[in-house]
Amino acid sequence: MHLHRFHGGLKLPDHKAESTAQPLLTMGVPKYLYVPLSQHIGAPTEPLVAPGDYVSKGQRISRAKDYICAHVHAPTSGRVKEIVEHPIPHPSCLSAPCIVIESDAHDQWGDSRMPAWLDWRERDARSLRDRVRAAGIVGMGGAAFPTAAKLNPRAGTRIHTLVVNGAECEPYISCDDILMRTCPEAILEGARIVAHILGAERILFAVEDNKPEALRALTDARRADEADFIQIVSIPSIYPTGGERQLIQVLTGREVPSAGLPADLGMVCQNTGTLKAIRDAVLHGQPLISRIVTVTGPGIREPRNVEALIGTRFADLIAAAGGYAPGVDRLVMGGPMMGFAIGDDAVPVIKGTNCLLATRPQDTPAPGPVMPCIRCGECTRVCPANLLPQQLYWFAKGKDFDSVQDYGLFDCIECGCCAHVCPSNIPLVQYYRFAKQEIWGRERERQKADLARERFEFRQLRQEREEREKAERLARKKAALARKEPDQGTKTAIDGAIERARAKRDGQSTGDASSADRERADG
Amino acid sequence: MLHAILAIAGLALVFGLILGYSAQRFRVEGDPIADQIDALLPQTQCGQCTYPGCRPYAEAIAAGEADINRCPPGGEATVLALADLLGRDPKPLEAETREKAVAVIDEQTCIGCTLCIQACPVDAIVGAAKQMHTVIEEECTGCELCLEPCPVDCIFMVPLQQDIADWRWAQPEPSPVERPRRATGDVTGKRRESA
Repeated sequence: MHLHRFHGGLKLPDHKAESTAQPLLTMGVPKYLYVPLSQHIGAPTEPLVAPGDYVSKGQRISRAKDYICAHVHAPTSGRVKEIVEHPIPHPSCLSAPCIVIESDAHDQWGDSRMPAWLDWRERDARSLRDRVRAAGIVGMGGAAFPTAAKLNPRAGTRIHTLVVNGAECEPYISCDDILMRTCPEAILEGARIVAHILGAERILFAVEDNKPEALRALTDARRADEADFIQIVSIPSIYPTGGERQLIQVLTGREVPSAGLPADLGMVCQNTGTLKAIRDAVLHGQPLISRIVTVTGPGIREPRNVEALIGTRFADLIAAAGGYAPGVDRLVMGGPMMGFAIGDDAVPVIKGTNCLLATRPQDTPAPGPVMPCIRCGECTRVCPANLLPQQLYWFAKGKDFDSVQDYGLFDCIECGCCAHVCPSNIPLVQYYRFAKQEIWGRERERQKADLARERFEFRQLRQEREEREKAERLARKKAALARKEPDQGTKTAIDGAIERARAKRDGQSTGDASSADRERADG
Repeated sequence: MLHAILAIAGLALVFGLILGYSAQRFRVEGDPIADQIDALLPQTQCGQCTYPGCRPYAEAIAAGEADINRCPPGGEATVLALADLLGRDPKPLEAETREKAVAVIDEQTCIGCTLCIQACPVDAIVGAAKQMHTVIEEECTGCELCLEPCPVDCIFMVPLQQDIADWRWAQPEPSPVERPRRATGDVTGKRRESA
């Protein structure tokens, strides 16, 4: 297969052998599991259990309320201890609500497993997508986007190719590699299911050429008659070739449009771990409750890959990998390029946790003081999205958020290549993250301001209406009074006049002047 | 000679008529500049700018009566946006930006007088006479206008808890070797890099 290149990128030392030397370890069930309510991109979920409830393994414990959302399931059987704020893996080191499950050590499924669909080929895309949704599956490459939404392209888009992302380009991470080595059949079956859901005609399975064992395992697991349908492609290891857009460019030479999706090119990209989870959900009726995490780095005694339940604390994972080496000062979730530092090893594994990297001070020497940008253009040369990082940096620094968007800030994948090569040690990616979040934050504030304006204007309108109505009411009352008064007044006046006239006539006829005088005096 | 004068006079007449007609036909109601300014203001209706609400302040700016740096809730971002819109130089804020907060009524102490309900510019307080009142947190703009009318001082401003959804990456510290910025502060540090 003829391969293409994306712009820029870096050759990095891969550091994968450290963790792939040991076989995959399936961890036991820890005493307490901390399952965050929000482990994905999108709206948080709504808990379905209360403290004290018994849950069986795989039971849905938190419900997705939105389309871009994923259910959360109990990783093991036991009792819900509490629902509390607990630190979660997030660059802010803040806490978020987690369901704490106290394991009963039986790890029993009960009747919570969905029926196994061995006949998935007979089922339609809709019911299979619903199964993926019911299993709470999200993209397991790290971004954690709800998979069911990704498998449902916009109406009118025809998907011809499923791209399976087995590139795993970031140094140190090897969880996909181990998965491809240990269960290639499961991944391929998952790929077949997804191709069936999407109606794709071919599957392009891309694996970086630094994973020969995985390539061999996959090729062996592929059925002989499928060579055309499933093409296993060895791609050069250049960071960040595992980015969805970069991978598609390498495989097809076509660029996903800015603000577009791979679906616009008739392609959908899925991570190997996600495919395995889809296969487990369809063939075994199991929801997503565990994943493989690479526990590695010079700060770990025995780096290896561990299959852990969602909600297992990092400290337990690290203990399973032999514990910390002396002098560890830094724990990162994700790889060295795109990961973020974790402040506390009590945070739990979530669906998007692919790697835990522990380092010592001597492994990550301080990059030196930040110097001014000298416009050398190195960052532009390595940018895989073909942007102008130094321009983005100037605009982000000057808070010129219109220009920074004009220069394609939202096409930046935050891969960190620019910051890696910057001779002035400028933390470029942090500037881009800052600018992106500031733009989103301002958008939210603007929406809030619009709502406040609407409410304020409505209130003014209401007050004016009330004033007007009050004035009208008063005017009506006044008018009614005014109408009534002259009525009675004229009536009494007329009566009086008649009376007087009569009295006058009477007086005149009798000639009694004195009575007429008296009448006049009375009147 | 005469032809030229007649031609010019004729053209002047035609264009004059067109302009006069368009001035009548396409007259813009209201004040579009004030609308644009109002759209940039945070709509807290707090009156910290000394005008009774965001709209009056927007109109005052449009009329050239007020400066653009009088809106503490909008902060530096609003000053920059206004400076951009109006082509003026950004200025540092007149007053300190306060921490974002929402009003909370101590329901034990509330006597149900409805005075705060009448003061709230965005109808964010619910309650009825001699009934307990409460603030709808999502609608509260933090303007503090309800604090003053309360006869029993049972309303407090509670700073907003930072949650993960609202958390933002901080802007990195500038390089220590870079030239220090002018004393007027960050707002003038906006660089106008030409493309």
